Amino acid sequence: MVVMEKEEIPHPAPPLKLQKPPEPEPRQPDMISVEDVDFSYSAHQVLYDVNLEIPSRAVTAFIGPSGCGKTTLLRCFNRMNDLIDGARITSGSIELDGYNINAPDVDVVDLRRRVGMVFQKSNPVPRSIYENVAYGLRVLGATKKSAINEAVEKSLRAAALWDEVKDRLDSSAYGLSGGQQQRLCIARALAVEPEVVLMDEPCSALDPIATAKVEELIYQLRENFTIVIVTHNMQQAGRCSNYTAFFYLGRLIEFGSTSKIFSNPSERKTEDYITGRFG
Amino acid sequence: MSKSRRARNRIAQTTAFWLFRFATYAILAAATYIFLDIGIKGSRTLFNTQGPFINVPFFTQGPQTLFVFEYEGKKYTLSDREFRAWKAQHPVEVEATSVAYSAGGVWPCIVGTGLLVVGSMIFALAVGICSAIYLNEYSQNTRSIRLIRIAILNLAGVPSIVFGLFGFGLFVIFFHWNVSLLAGWFTLGLMILPAIITGSEESLRAVPNGLREGSLALGATKWQTIRKNVLPYAIPGILTSSILGIGRVAGETAPIMFTAAYALRDEMPWQVQHWTDFVFQGVMALPYHIYVVSSKIPQNEYTERMQYGAACILLLLVFAIALASIVLRERTRRRLSW
Repeated sequence: MVVMEKEEIPHPAPPLKLQKPPEPEPRQPDMISVEDVDFSYSAHQVLYDVNLEIPSRAVTAFIGPSGCGKTTLLRCFNRMNDLIDGARITSGSIELDGYNINAPDVDVVDLRRRVGMVFQKSNPVPRSIYENVAYGLRVLGATKKSAINEAVEKSLRAAALWDEVKDRLDSSAYGLSGGQQQRLCIARALAVEPEVVLMDEPCSALDPIATAKVEELIYQLRENFTIVIVTHNMQQAGRCSNYTAFFYLGRLIEFGSTSKIFSNPSERKTEDYITGRFG
Repeated sequence: MSKSRRARNRIAQTTAFWLFRFATYAILAAATYIFLDIGIKGSRTLFNTQGPFINVPFFTQGPQTLFVFEYEGKKYTLSDREFRAWKAQHPVEVEATSVAYSAGGVWPCIVGTGLLVVGSMIFALAVGICSAIYLNEYSQNTRSIRLIRIAILNLAGVPSIVFGLFGFGLFVIFFHWNVSLLAGWFTLGLMILPAIITGSEESLRAVPNGLREGSLALGATKWQTIRKNVLPYAIPGILTSSILGIGRVAGETAPIMFTAAYALRDEMPWQVQHWTDFVFQGVMALPYHIYVVSSKIPQNEYTERMQYGAACILLLLVFAIALASIVLRERTRRRLSW
């Protein structure tokens, strides 16, 4: 059922109003590969036989109606589901760069440093902007002041927040607007130099202007990071992703380049969903 | 809606309102009466109408026996020590009534209660916070954890005299600690442990989960997350819940009457032969002193004076400790608020 589209097909006309249609790019080697994954919360199965290859240095969007399992799959990539009682992968495997992330000898702390995450609800800590970004470096054992300063500036610049906050690094992160807080969380995730950044509906609580800024940021970040983003907003997937995976009722229905999914989906369900016939 | 029904509704509404209001104000009235009664009668003991205005011996001396007698048409009320000095100067026989514990002061009791509160709170907070962290952050909802929670709930309902007997049996007799501070600390600490655990767990639960996930997702270990991103925000709540514990520890008589309290002791707690003896000595304590003085028969105006004085001091002491922890809480909260 799953269609793996390796080569790009130029699309004739975008079906949705894309602000910036992503240009076709050569597909990069795979970063995360998901093989035959079944996932359950206690007795309740939420993912069925998911197979997926996520390319590196690209933005991959997960779309689908609520409860289809896209956030669950995303949280499998950094084993955030370990925190939930009874949640587990019942069969199949997930590999990051060729290593099984659920193998018993994998250090989950190390995995989470390599696979960063930005949450639906921005969650800065009630401390200064500087401390929020420096936190990740400190838990990794960084103590040199100059190195931390440098990394904080670099991450804030990468998150397109530096110019807005450089004069008030010591004031509380709670004084920032919602969009700024979310970009601060992105900066915080980037500070520990992960390879993959997972984003769980990062713009769901933001207004259109803040959303546009975050989307632009996401699109730029693909040059250095592998990004996986869960979104409810199909225009957003269209605007800022290179690849799109459509989930429905715990199954991966279709995966391919964003332009292909939005212009010429191979599955009837995908077409119905993106044209708004259900979901 | 018919007119009669509207009228009925209005009556029900008014009745309910006044019932609730009356209940609330009744509590206020009772509290006011208790505080005023103890405050007024106690302040007669605590303060003087002349001189330094504060009854200095009451704050600095231990309890003594009071001697009341008449001599050459004059009425004397002298403490044990003063009476002996007076007798040395006046070599005559006088008919003196002695009233136990009604002269002198309560200084050793204040010190003893302070020591008991500090020691048992340190013990209870250390153990309580650790187990609250384990229960809330580490443990999964298994059968044994549910059993532990039930045990904690049951422990909270155990009467304090039972704790006293338990401490007497285990610490005083079995461990051979005798009547000692150490036995009192553990007995009182175990008594308030359930309250501390429950309060700490509630404060930990109030910390948003996003803070934990955000920290873990950055590659922090569980302990780093708890230490830097959970505990600092839970501490104000934990302090608030421990205020109640302080009140109970300072005021309970039953747990210490067999384990830590002496009715009368002449040495102060720091007058020990060797510093290791410090934790193995019994102390005088305010609530036990109030109990001892009140159970002395006959009662008269002299015993009443001592009872109300001690009760007033106990209230002030609890109030002062609670105030200190509120100030501490506000400071931590201002530093780390979200």
